[in-house]
Amino acid sequence: MMRLLTTIMLLALLVFGLWSWVDYDYWLLGPSPAHYTWWWPEEFSTIGQDIDSLFYLIAVMVAVMFVITMGGLVLFTWKYSAKRQDKAVFSHGSHKLELLWTAVPAGLLLIIAFSQMSTFAEIQFASATQDEEGNDLPVHCEIWASQFDWRFRYPGKDGRFGTNDDFESPYELVLPLQENEEGDAKKLVFLLRSRDVLHSFFVPHLRFKRDAVPGMTQRIWLGIDDKQMEEVLATREEKSFDIICAELCGWGHYKMSGRVRVLPQDQYEAWVDEMTAQQFGNS
Amino acid sequence: MVDIHAPHGSEARPGMGEPGTTREHHDHHELGFIQKYIFSVDHKVIGIQFMITGLIFFALGGLFAMAIRYQLAWPWEKMPVIGSVLFPNTGQAITPEFYTMLFTMHGTIMIFFVIIPLLTGAFGNYLIPLMIGAPDMAFPKLNMFGYWTMIPAIFCVFMAFIQPGGGPAAGWTAYPPLSTVTSAAPGSLSAQTWWLMALTWVGVSSMMGAVNYVTTIVKMRAPGMTMFRMPLTIWALFIAALLQLFALPVLTAASAMQICDRMLGTGFFTPTNLVVNQFNPETAGAAAGGQPLLWQHLFWFYSHPAVYIMVVPAMGLASDILSVHARKPVFGYKPMVYSMASIAGLGFIVWGHHMFASGMNPALGMTFMVATIMIALPSAIKVFNWLGTLWGSRIHLTSPMLFALGFVAMFIIGGLSGIWMAATPVDIYIHDTYIVVAHFHYVVFGGSVFAIFAAIYHWFPKMFGRMMNETLGKLHFVGTFIFTNGVFYMMHQLGMAGLMRRTADPYDYETYAHLQPLNEFITISAFLLFAWQIFFVWNFFHSMFWGKRVGRNPWRAASIEWDTPSPPGHGNFDAPLRVYRGPYEYASPEVEEDFVAQSRDLTGKSE
Amino acid sequence: MTDAIPAYDAAVDAPKHHHPVYDYDSGPPVDRGKFAIWVFLGTEIMFFTGLIGTYIVLRAGSPSWPNPAARLAVDITAFNTFVLICSSATVVAGLFAIQNDDRRKFNLWWGLSILFGAFFVGVQVYEYWHLFAHDMTPNQDLFWSTFYVMTGFHGAHVIIGVIWLAAVYVAALRGKYSSKDFVGLELAGLYWHFVDLVWVLLFTLVYLM
Ligand code: HEA
Ligand code: HEA
Ligand code: CUA
Ligand SMILES: [Cu+2]
Repeated sequence: MMRLLTTIMLLALLVFGLWSWVDYDYWLLGPSPAHYTWWWPEEFSTIGQDIDSLFYLIAVMVAVMFVITMGGLVLFTWKYSAKRQDKAVFSHGSHKLELLWTAVPAGLLLIIAFSQMSTFAEIQFASATQDEEGNDLPVHCEIWASQFDWRFRYPGKDGRFGTNDDFESPYELVLPLQENEEGDAKKLVFLLRSRDVLHSFFVPHLRFKRDAVPGMTQRIWLGIDDKQMEEVLATREEKSFDIICAELCGWGHYKMSGRVRVLPQDQYEAWVDEMTAQQFGNS
Repeated sequence: MVDIHAPHGSEARPGMGEPGTTREHHDHHELGFIQKYIFSVDHKVIGIQFMITGLIFFALGGLFAMAIRYQLAWPWEKMPVIGSVLFPNTGQAITPEFYTMLFTMHGTIMIFFVIIPLLTGAFGNYLIPLMIGAPDMAFPKLNMFGYWTMIPAIFCVFMAFIQPGGGPAAGWTAYPPLSTVTSAAPGSLSAQTWWLMALTWVGVSSMMGAVNYVTTIVKMRAPGMTMFRMPLTIWALFIAALLQLFALPVLTAASAMQICDRMLGTGFFTPTNLVVNQFNPETAGAAAGGQPLLWQHLFWFYSHPAVYIMVVPAMGLASDILSVHARKPVFGYKPMVYSMASIAGLGFIVWGHHMFASGMNPALGMTFMVATIMIALPSAIKVFNWLGTLWGSRIHLTSPMLFALGFVAMFIIGGLSGIWMAATPVDIYIHDTYIVVAHFHYVVFGGSVFAIFAAIYHWFPKMFGRMMNETLGKLHFVGTFIFTNGVFYMMHQLGMAGLMRRTADPYDYETYAHLQPLNEFITISAFLLFAWQIFFVWNFFHSMFWGKRVGRNPWRAASIEWDTPSPPGHGNFDAPLRVYRGPYEYASPEVEEDFVAQSRDLTGKSE
Repeated sequence: MTDAIPAYDAAVDAPKHHHPVYDYDSGPPVDRGKFAIWVFLGTEIMFFTGLIGTYIVLRAGSPSWPNPAARLAVDITAFNTFVLICSSATVVAGLFAIQNDDRRKFNLWWGLSILFGAFFVGVQVYEYWHLFAHDMTPNQDLFWSTFYVMTGFHGAHVIIGVIWLAAVYVAALRGKYSSKDFVGLELAGLYWHFVDLVWVLLFTLVYLM
């Protein structure tokens, strides 16, 4: 009885664990809008694809190890019962097996470790926000975090900070869709800062997260993949996306939200005009 | 420190390094109740004291978890019954401030007052002398002080609750400046200072224990008990004690500095020109120029090893229990020892994996990633050796065995999700989402707590001379297993959807709005999980007095603690003791019986 | 073979009274107490590593760092350091004396160690008092923050050390220790040497560099 029950429970965990990778929310919840699933939201950043595929790369290897180990557990629990066995095998181990199950995971793990490096370097290394000569790329806007809101400071029309056409956009981060000569998405560079405690700038749809640390200025970058964004926008009514604070920053942490919206170049410029007019119109 | 002297003074020591000689112990006076059960220097009583204290706090931490779950399923709704007691002024509902306090104290209590005291305090104390054949710890008085320094710690956490502004609310990680600047949160008023002091006292308690364990294991093994004849539980506790010894002082130093920042106006973690809620610490007379990230480094330098302090003893307990109830020697004993040691060693150089998104130097992040991923290797060795132990065995599905099997299953799941987090680019998305919460509850609840349950069922007969009820134990396991997965497996899904942790009410976000039904499911599972523990609580207390009386060795186990009477008297062993072999001689072809006790002499000289 | 749980059998299972107690000694041939004190000193090293590491990180991360000589009386503290080193030497001399059962010399050397230790604490208290009088408090800047926390925790260790030395001294005066048994003195001595060693490091880092 107990043997059957335990085996079934372990097996259920194994099956459920695997099933949870293949659209089981569809089975449980029925068809629903794409962004209403228990999976991650669609992404449209230039780096998101890489992150997602690294995730799946690990997923495959982990799934293999999961099946082997959980499978073994299920099998042995079922098979080697005291009721059916007279005496256990008297064995203190095996050198060959130890070598095998040291070497194989070691190989897998090294593959995992090394496959991560280039993407990480591309996201976080200082060179990511520099041009070929090692000069810093121009800053698109400054992201300021404070208890409990986001503010985005734009350099204004002249593209320079500290001049008197700088304007501030509370709550909403607006980005232009820009391409470089090769037709690729252009990197938008930001300065991430906090006015008070730690916060974290998190945009699930862009697969981006970075802490805002008081006393530190961090250069971060985002790149928008326009084709993918079109696809994503086609599935939803809202045209902007959540910005979330992902680091505990006090009682209002849960509601420290913002939105990000991406506009084609011409509409973006119109927005800049509008913001400028709004903030300097009556001065 | 206190009482550095050997328990029996320094007269007439047996020759150094020689097997022990025997002395008759004549002063057999009866101790009073107070000396026997309250201010006891007996490691067994102290172990049980730690166990009861830990379990009581477990219930408290569990209650906090239930309140967290209630809020996440039905945010800001009136809490039935207890709401009117707890929050009469806020419409019987949780406030956002109170929510931050809830998870802070939940995490703190579970880690520092439940898991660590249960594993190292309760089982470390109870099992070490018994399993190595010593009459007691090396320094029994120090041991007693180790328990009694928990009392100021407990006092401090309770004081933290009743401070103006409510309890500490900066998370169990207490990141500054939120935790240091008083204007940052109501919980950062005096409550945070009490929290820090509680941590320091717990630390002192653990230190006393760890010094004692290491000395006892090195110096007081019975004749014939070589290091490589020690049960894996002892190795695990030994390694965990070393982890404590070398990691904890850094946390103590860090908390001392945080206390100074808060009370003396030093500026270790306060950056220049910081203004929080219109309050500038500098104009208020405090120093600045410090680095918030420094705290994170110091904190994780301790707290990452701490997670291995929470799992390595569990691994040891599980290994022993698997072997006994599967009637088969542990597969690959030495690889098991070496892998635990390397988990501990590597554990010291991976702390930065909690900071991949913190703005730390990315080259450092790369190094931490490789080290972290490599930790899976010794863990893999352990998992495969557990499977090797089960292969070809004769499994008795007793309650301890069930929980030990559950431990292996849960550790696999919890460990594997660690791999995604260790991968820096992936962690950029995963960090601070519920995937992390799912990961660590699998390893601490599915892992450590399951091993603790297994160990309680396994050693209960030794502790109280009575069995726990097997039927209730099995019932306890089935429900606990199902509901644990119901609670924590589904948290992976929340995390994949991007839900971040420490959010009192996520549903205003478009990205999270659809997650409420899932959270309700989790919450209901959690309530059932909590309620289900009644089987354990009943079984535990009932069996303590009315369980079936058993003899010395109910499980027919080979290690030497089973040579003592159940429960063992003062001084533990009542017959001369010598160890002849390793602790796992089950199914040995040498003898008729199913096992050869470690202390059994097969040469025929004595029987 | 039967797998059932053996029933309780009072004849076999009841505890035997007047049981012998075993006093084993496995492991390396050092005294238990000494072994434990070494382990304990390992934790102390980690504690000061935390503090010193913080100091180095903060100092390296600061745009400027004041010249210690301009803020602290280096010469007085240098002398104080010398006294502390002397106290370590006198501890060794004291131990040497007790090993030869020369109680008179032991009393002298050990007494001197305590005096030196107390002198060190006195000078440090005076230093703090003086600094406080000139408004140089921990909340002034990072230099003072690190200075007070590091020297303060060290000072606390010195005070504990002095008390410990004094406690074993009292026991020794009552005749507890002799050439056959002086472990208690050695333990106090080990701790004292450690405290001195840390000071040399701190003095170099905080006052000289
Ligand atoms: C008992 C506690 C425990 C244990 C054992 C572990 C084990 C591991 N942990 Fe976990 N961890 C925590 C407790 C624990 N952790 C806690 C409490 C937090 C959150 C703290 C907070 O922020 O509040 C955390 C957070 C945490 C993070 C930070 C996430 C973030 O905040 O972004 C990371 C990142 O690397 C991580 C990684 C790992 C890894 C790689 C292991 C490895 O040791 C796991 C190794 C095990 C296996 C891999 C499974 C068995 C092996 C096999 C089946 C064989 C083969 C496998 C392969 C080849 C892949 N953990
Ligand atoms: C270390 C151990 C540990 C354990 C065991 C648990 C157990 C549980 N935790 Fe915990 N949790 C943490 C450590 C732990 N947690 C930490 C470190 C955090 C992070 C905090 C932070 O962000 O700062 C956290 C955060 C955390 C969150 C996230 C909050 C947030 O980020 O907003 C949630 C949400 O669901 C949660 C839920 C639960 C639940 C439902 C359980 C259940 O498994 C609880 C079930 C409880 C019981 C079943 C108790 C039963 C009692 C007994 C058996 C005792 C019997 C008594 C006697 C015999 C006397 N926890
Ligand atoms: Cu800002 Cu959380
Ligand atoms: Cu970690």
